[in-house]
Amino acid sequence: MKKNLLKSNAVQSLIASLLCIVLGLLLGYIVLLFINPTGAGEAIMAVIKNFWNYSRAPLQVKNFGNTLVKTAPLLMCALSVLFAYKVGLFNIGAAGQYVVGSCACLYGALALHLSWFPCLLLALIVGGVYGALVGLLKAYCNVNEVISGIMLNWIGLYTTNMLLAGVKESTSPYTLHLKTDAPQAMLPTLGLGKFFNNNGNVTVAIPLAIIFAVAIMILLDKTKLGYELRATGNNKNAAKYAGMAEKRNIILTLVIAGSLAALGGAFLYLTDYEQWSVTQSSVPGMGFNGIAAAFLGGLNPIGTIFASYFIQHITVGGAYVDKTMYSSQISDLISSLIIYLCGFVLFIKYAINMGIAKSEEKQLQKEKAAADQASAEKGGDK
Amino acid sequence: METPYAIEMLNITKRFPGIIANDNITLQLKRGEIHALLGENGAGKSTLMSVLFGLYQAEEGVIKKDGREVQIKDPNDANALGIGMVHQHFKLVECFSVLDNIILGVEPVGKMGILQKQEARKKVVELSDKYGLQVDPDALIEDITVGMQQRTEILKMLYRENEILIFDEPTAVLTPQEIDELMKIMKNLAAEGKSILFISHKLAEIMAVADRCTVLRKGKYVGTVETANSSPEELSAMMVGRNVNFHVDKKPAEPTDVVLEIEHMSVASKAHKKDAVHDVSLKVRRGEIVCIAGIDGNGQSEFVYGLTGLEPLREGKLILAGKDITHATIRERSTSGMSHIPEDRHKHGLVLDYTLEDNLVLQRYFEPEFTNGAGFLRRDNIRKYAERLIADYDVRSGQGPITRARAMSGGNQQKAIIAREVDKDPDLLVAVQPTRGLDVGAIEFVHKKLVEQRDAGKAVLLISLELDEVMDVPDRILVMYEGEIVGELDPKTTTQEELGLYMAGAKRDEVSA
Amino acid sequence: MLLLVQYTLIFASVLMLVALGGCFAEHSGVINLGLEGIMVIGALGGALAMRYLPGSMAAFPMILCVLLGAILFGVAYSALLGVACINFKADQTIVGTALNMLGVAAATVLVKAINTAANPDDVSSEIQYVDAKKKFLVSLGTFEFNWFMLIAVIMLVLAYVVLYKTRFGLRLMACGEHPQAADSVGINVYKMRWAGVLISGVYGGLGGICYILAGVSAWKFENGVAGFGFLSLAVMIFGQWRPTRIALAALLFGLFRALSNVYFGFPALVALNIPGSVYNMLPYIISLLVLAFTSKSSRAPKAEGIPYDKGQR
Repeated sequence: MKKNLLKSNAVQSLIASLLCIVLGLLLGYIVLLFINPTGAGEAIMAVIKNFWNYSRAPLQVKNFGNTLVKTAPLLMCALSVLFAYKVGLFNIGAAGQYVVGSCACLYGALALHLSWFPCLLLALIVGGVYGALVGLLKAYCNVNEVISGIMLNWIGLYTTNMLLAGVKESTSPYTLHLKTDAPQAMLPTLGLGKFFNNNGNVTVAIPLAIIFAVAIMILLDKTKLGYELRATGNNKNAAKYAGMAEKRNIILTLVIAGSLAALGGAFLYLTDYEQWSVTQSSVPGMGFNGIAAAFLGGLNPIGTIFASYFIQHITVGGAYVDKTMYSSQISDLISSLIIYLCGFVLFIKYAINMGIAKSEEKQLQKEKAAADQASAEKGGDK
Repeated sequence: METPYAIEMLNITKRFPGIIANDNITLQLKRGEIHALLGENGAGKSTLMSVLFGLYQAEEGVIKKDGREVQIKDPNDANALGIGMVHQHFKLVECFSVLDNIILGVEPVGKMGILQKQEARKKVVELSDKYGLQVDPDALIEDITVGMQQRTEILKMLYRENEILIFDEPTAVLTPQEIDELMKIMKNLAAEGKSILFISHKLAEIMAVADRCTVLRKGKYVGTVETANSSPEELSAMMVGRNVNFHVDKKPAEPTDVVLEIEHMSVASKAHKKDAVHDVSLKVRRGEIVCIAGIDGNGQSEFVYGLTGLEPLREGKLILAGKDITHATIRERSTSGMSHIPEDRHKHGLVLDYTLEDNLVLQRYFEPEFTNGAGFLRRDNIRKYAERLIADYDVRSGQGPITRARAMSGGNQQKAIIAREVDKDPDLLVAVQPTRGLDVGAIEFVHKKLVEQRDAGKAVLLISLELDEVMDVPDRILVMYEGEIVGELDPKTTTQEELGLYMAGAKRDEVSA
Repeated sequence: MLLLVQYTLIFASVLMLVALGGCFAEHSGVINLGLEGIMVIGALGGALAMRYLPGSMAAFPMILCVLLGAILFGVAYSALLGVACINFKADQTIVGTALNMLGVAAATVLVKAINTAANPDDVSSEIQYVDAKKKFLVSLGTFEFNWFMLIAVIMLVLAYVVLYKTRFGLRLMACGEHPQAADSVGINVYKMRWAGVLISGVYGGLGGICYILAGVSAWKFENGVAGFGFLSLAVMIFGQWRPTRIALAALLFGLFRALSNVYFGFPALVALNIPGSVYNMLPYIISLLVLAFTSKSSRAPKAEGIPYDKGQR
């Protein structure tokens, strides 16, 4: 009975993911030990505890809300990576699509004074177009999507800095606060903040992101489009042979992936939880963490929801380490270690299967031996 | 004391998960002889040779060289013992020169590992003169013919001064004339004292060139015979375990109206400036099987790509059942009545990670029967359809419709593809090497299905490299050579020799079929 | 103008070194998308050497130590790619991406830890090397010659000779083109791929230290290397995997990168009144365009990116 359970792909994925997490945390702990052995245990616990670092329940709940606020954009980026990966494309450009999405919604809110829904649509369209660029280059010019994605990440970053420089606070490099300058563009809270000790940043973005995850799953598993896209991802020659429009599908996939990541940007910046700094000189890590979440989630949309939360949980948790000894980037270190370990998932599954095969063989031999002995005894009786 | 054997493989057993590829096999190769190793696909020939060559390790059994037991752990060991091999799929680096390929692994070097090629070149030129293996040492592999590539492989062994030469299915890719030449070379080599192991499933070649022959069947040793005291019939019986009816039973064809008309079709080549397919015109009628015969690499693949829409035409016109499909997409061609059993079932024919049922609707999933108006798949209909095809075409698999295609045997994968393509009820069935890599039973099944389709009034276009298939299955043969149709033959009146002359480009007619 | 030449040459050196690193890995059959991370860690190795070596040290041993530091770190880090991709047959894209992120995160954590340990108030990820940097520069009139320009040329010649004139190069390329063929003549494919990956670590590490020494005299490790690893891959593709062409491609890309540093020195460019961000974007836009036109007919090693499995033939 237990063996049957182990044979299931989902269970194997879960085991592999948990193994990656445990090993990632362990390696992170070893790095901390290496830096300063005295506080390492405390620091790794601080990362794991995140909002439980607060002793009072109301603060815990409020900060739990904050982690969720940042989980929604991460989940969208993870879905973007996952969706493209099912079609055999590695959308590292999710980071740039997230950036241009953020840019579009902030520009829409602060410069064009649009309300939240048009802002979301704007982000969606801009992200789609940005994704389409990668798709067009891949489909018509055979450009590796990883390299073009990275190039577009940087182009997106500089363009965003340039455009948003027009709507920044005069005394700081940060964009204007939505709360004061564009309240019409704030995402509706639907009263969700109540559950998180009146955390005003908890908005419709969180349930929407989960709905998107479910929608992506249905799209992939139950529809004709999903059938085509997965076929393309598994064997693009066969997909072409079966008359599926390969180029159209590649472009369409990246349009959808781009829109998802861009919406992620809007899901964060339209809550006014953070402001964009127009002097940023590196691409925000949200899109890259999305890769971690997608793979840690076993490339399953539902698994990705939990994986996104976990990655965000430890990323936020990094802020609670003792800064006199360690830096908050320890959580980036852990999540990149987890992605690295995700590269071994296939091997882990292979090892599980080999283990099963071996124990089954042993079992079989034992049964055979027992049967032989039984028949021998029977013979003896006669 | 001195044994007559150069190499002995005694009681070799090699297992893979789930199968015993070699079960207690013994093979003894005398010095200076040409020894054939005969068996069907999957009989264990390649595994046995891989064991000898150090690519696999046998679980049981011993290998003796000149009577002494030896261990062969990797190709280096084999090389040190003087064993060389021409693999079925050449092990040549395409963008390297002939010389670089020959010296790879045994490069003459000076200080600091800097290559010293002059001497190597001298040795290669000497060897090619001595054995009549003409090839330009500076040509790139990708630019030379298959025959020359094979000579490069032979030179590779001679350069290493190998005494035991293994040829793995060396004739599969050659023209009949090139085959004759190879036979001469092999006899030359044996006369010079080299011992040759010749792996084949072609009886005529074995009878012509080999001194002795060892036969394998399904991983087991059947026996070793002197070819001089044997006959093709005896060898064939040993190989398959029963007397096989090589001929396909069929009634005379009754062709009716034209289904496919190709006019002046040309397809550009990816590798060269020349066309891969040049000015091909032909017609296929209902109720006949037309076969495009030819040596591998003479434009057949590109012809099929152009016909089915995988590649664009450079020139020409295609008419399917009265409809111009020259510029139609792959999907439009498919829905207009063209079915395509592809050459490579893993590359084109199947999505290996999809279930069998999903693969069975690969050409039809978009039809209203399988997709509803909102774009959702109708899973229950797909299941029912798959179950019917599985029953009708006897597709065997572990878990029925939900088996992953990857987990199925080659023969059943091919059956699934045939079921899918035939059940589409096409006007034209394009079957490209439909029996490649199948065992005798599966081959019979495929041939029967093709004839059934013909008798049901379909037009069948068969593309084949197998001479037996070319002679037995079709009603008309068109020979393709260097991208052109060079002859039309009637399988009832022609001979293999005549066919060979056309396939080798030695004979050609003006054809407009 | 001289300044433009100077910046072009130094950025071209970076791009060329890293692209050659990518070239070795790919010729052995492994796609090294982790070059960006290798650069960061290589830079870290060199920067640490500069931090801990006495400033009074003579120029030559100093340069040698810095180079060695960068190479050592680069090679050690590239081993992570080797283990995962060669021995465990992991997806090369995932592992490469992970290494890029890990490089920045690990360097930041480490440098911050070092800085905080030295001075509890210092939580920056910056290493300064004002004095050490001077040892790399030789003023020829107004032109600042950087030893890295020479090192890059030496490494280019070395790459060319190793790839095309030695037994090792022949075997390496055989593994990237047709590993089964290499195996059949007794070449250990795993070993050769390891060699390719480790050499890419050498080149990537050198490129990394060269990059942070190009303009500034202090480096903040949080910033990574701004996509230079990927620009180098574009250079490699544009250079069709051949050292000489890679050198030319690197010069072209270096020119566009240099423009963003010195465009304000050209009245004609300033008069165009284009925002600085556009110049920053230029190398990335150019590489996209170049890739769009050159990727179709690529001469990439045929077996690159496919893990080699001995049992599978």
